Amino acid sequence: MRYLPKSPAEREAMLAEIGVSGINDLFSSVPEEYRLTHDLAIPRQMGESEIVDYFKQAAAHNANGYSSFLGAGAYRHYRPVIIDSLVQRGEFLTSYTPYQAEITQGTLQAIFEFQTMICELTGMDIANASMYDGSTGAAEAVMMAVRITGRGDVLVARTVHPEYREVMQTYAQHQGHVAHELAYGEDGRVDLKALDQSLTENTACVLVQSPNFFGLIEDIPAIADIVHKKGALLIVSIAEAVSLGIVRPPVEADIVSLEAQSFGVALSYGGPYCGVIAAKEKYLRQMPGRLVGETKDKHGRRGFVLTLSTREQHIRREKATSNICTNQALVALMTTIFLTVYGKEGIKELAQQNLAKAHYAVGALSRHGKLLFAGTPRFHEFVLETDEAPEQLNARLLDHKIIGGLSLARWYPELGNATLWCATELTTREQIDQAAAILAEAPVAAAVR
Amino acid sequence: MATIAEPISEKAFTGTPRKVTAHITQNEALMFEKSSPGKKGYKLPPLDVPEVDAQALLGSAARESTGALPELSEIEIIRHFTRLSTWNYAIDLGMYPLGSCTMKYNPRVNEYVSRLEGIAEAHPYQPESLSQGALQVIKSLQECLLEITGMDAITLQPAAGAHGEFTGILLVRAYHQSRGNPRKTIIIPDSAHGTNPATAAICGYQVVNLKSNAQGGIDVAALEALVNEDTAALMLTNPSTIGVFEHQIHKIADVLHARGALLYMDGANMNALVGKTRPGDFGVDVMHLNLHKTFSTPHGGGGPGSGPVACKKILEPFLPTPVVAESSDGTLHFNYNRPQSVGRVRMFYGNFGMFVRALAYILANGPDGLRQTTEDAVLNANYIRAKLEDLYELPYKTPSMHEVVFSDRRQVRNGIKTGDLAKRLIDYGFHPYTTSFPLIVPGALMIEPTESESREELDLFIDAMRQIAREAEENPQLILDAPHSTRISRLDETGAARKPILRWKPNTE
Repeated sequence: MRYLPKSPAEREAMLAEIGVSGINDLFSSVPEEYRLTHDLAIPRQMGESEIVDYFKQAAAHNANGYSSFLGAGAYRHYRPVIIDSLVQRGEFLTSYTPYQAEITQGTLQAIFEFQTMICELTGMDIANASMYDGSTGAAEAVMMAVRITGRGDVLVARTVHPEYREVMQTYAQHQGHVAHELAYGEDGRVDLKALDQSLTENTACVLVQSPNFFGLIEDIPAIADIVHKKGALLIVSIAEAVSLGIVRPPVEADIVSLEAQSFGVALSYGGPYCGVIAAKEKYLRQMPGRLVGETKDKHGRRGFVLTLSTREQHIRREKATSNICTNQALVALMTTIFLTVYGKEGIKELAQQNLAKAHYAVGALSRHGKLLFAGTPRFHEFVLETDEAPEQLNARLLDHKIIGGLSLARWYPELGNATLWCATELTTREQIDQAAAILAEAPVAAAVR
Repeated sequence: MATIAEPISEKAFTGTPRKVTAHITQNEALMFEKSSPGKKGYKLPPLDVPEVDAQALLGSAARESTGALPELSEIEIIRHFTRLSTWNYAIDLGMYPLGSCTMKYNPRVNEYVSRLEGIAEAHPYQPESLSQGALQVIKSLQECLLEITGMDAITLQPAAGAHGEFTGILLVRAYHQSRGNPRKTIIIPDSAHGTNPATAAICGYQVVNLKSNAQGGIDVAALEALVNEDTAALMLTNPSTIGVFEHQIHKIADVLHARGALLYMDGANMNALVGKTRPGDFGVDVMHLNLHKTFSTPHGGGGPGSGPVACKKILEPFLPTPVVAESSDGTLHFNYNRPQSVGRVRMFYGNFGMFVRALAYILANGPDGLRQTTEDAVLNANYIRAKLEDLYELPYKTPSMHEVVFSDRRQVRNGIKTGDLAKRLIDYGFHPYTTSFPLIVPGALMIEPTESESREELDLFIDAMRQIAREAEENPQLILDAPHSTRISRLDETGAARKPILRWKPNTE
């Protein structure tokens, strides 16, 4: 086996030095009746070229050469080449959690830079070293708010990504807190009146997403006013991190849960991505996950360490702020490199291009369908209602190698034949025009309302 | 040859590291300190649609400033992160004997195939008809993992080991709930990982602590006395955190099952069992795997991980939504119609990129390679044990599997603790072993070499540990001041926690 650095003779010599006659002597504590006496029924050992072929074939059975208008929590942005060059340096790729600070300063400083950039972008005071993803991050943010306020009710906007809401529900179910759904109004955003009426003395927090699942930008200052009047906390979830280049950060929030996949992380069929929780400084002690802090060595030299670990499971066990251990460090490094490449001006320019592409797509596509929530500010996603059922519409687009908008029927049946479209800087005018032309060919008889 | 250590006195013994020689590393400031206005590391193509006025489109939601993000050119960015990388130790540089963490070689073909275009650029919501390759990868990995564990059903959705524990205990809870009573407690041995009790707590269970027996294993009589109709499950790490197989495993399972409780196995140490024995055969009802341990996906400075959960048939109805299913025409799809499911534990389908890497690893090994891998891991740990047990205290003499746990009892007499020995190991060119864990061993040195080490590397490690043992006797101050060879010496951790500085701030003076 090519990954194993020992010759048969070396194995024999080592066994002799240990003082056993064969390798199975070292497995004598496994009761005999449970020892495997045959090969596992898995594929035989393959050569490297066969492995590459196997996955090339798998890749060929996925979409290839399609243009895509999919977003909905996973976004297609350009990934600068140097991201993969740098994260594949063995010193980053094959290093462990930086528990031994003296020989992991590279990882630690990079995380400190990550935490800083997340704070700058979200308008929060502190940020952790990452969470699994945006959905679990939002769920952990809710648990954090429950701990801070000591209250048991949670309000979750229906415009939060449906899968985030499902995850939140899974986390909440056995902790004694109850999640209530908060309706959206005619403008496709949190209904402020309903929000005001739903808040009680027992509301721990309100979870909203902005831009929300329909791509619309929530009125965070107005929501925050209402939420804070009742002493509850506001959690803002951000699923499209690139929006922060042009959309005002949710500075009125108490906790921000960000999915940073858009910052240079491959779509990779849904993961690994990069969640991160940012918050106001006063909530530091309730923050889940790892934190890196700056300190000095005995000669006064600057260095970085994992800090405040008394919040964490390896110290506090069942009293920890979370059970999280492994996070998404390497993916957080990708986002750190991405943000360094684009920098202060680039992130703005990138977001501006996304805004322009989506604006153009709205104009082109809404001539052949109805743009829902038309008057509400949005970033780069929009909801289109068509006469034609989404399945038929998308089947026609697929014939032209276009993956159209995502049908919302599964989660929002009240919206009828609604599809969610996304345009990014990678979407070309030609692709948009082509999709519009195909939409225009909608068979009139197919109209089903 | 450069001297790595500064001898405290001419006479005292100062060891000679054979693995390393000091060399210079580059200094590098924070990226923010290197930034200057107008520098760029990017170039976007010209916009092919009309420009828009963000202020007009977004109104009061438009952003004014993007804050203090850096402005750097591409070569500076390359140098910045390359310089930082040289400050890290890594498995690519040498042995990384962190017990329980399983730092094994991360094959590069895994990285290559996970970046193939049709894989890296697959959108989670692209039509299932255009995702058959991805679905096949999921299905194939599931089949391999089920065969390896001997279990009946599996989910790949959990994002890491602790997330897998959470999922597994939710399954336990749903199972008991379906029988009318979720029960109240989870029994956890005092040797367990901290994630176990933390997981039980977030699943709404009280933790009942089980004291280990004189061999560091499960005290079956004590367990029998603890298990009652309130017990939902025992969370057992097998082999245990002292690297010992619970040879009474069938009795443990019987004790639980007799009272309707389930056996959860923390699969963090599955790398000691693959191809040699299967949890599904020895009574485990539900377990998680760490793809980033046993199946070689990279730790990357702390993540990402992936924590599949495998279970017996009785728990299958409760698996997270969705599950992969086969249609009558042979194509694959996701089944969302799971009325008894515990729900979703993560958006989409889990850390798919890690599935690709783990499957590539399994294919590279085959059944013979996986078995040899397990055997070599156990061989290496026992070799280290045999070569060091005369100098370091072995608190439990029970046979070791993939890791060996010593204690610092002899060195403490000279004021040297496990953490000090660990720091000195850095000067010898090794990453430290795991210190102070498991908690049942005061002053633990938890050493897990994995199968990835050659005999030469093991001998260098053993030599280093032996020289350090002598230094502890004859030159303790040298160890207390270690490491001597690193860019920075021991950091002020107390200060870091007392006055936390968690981000860089622009100098506003």
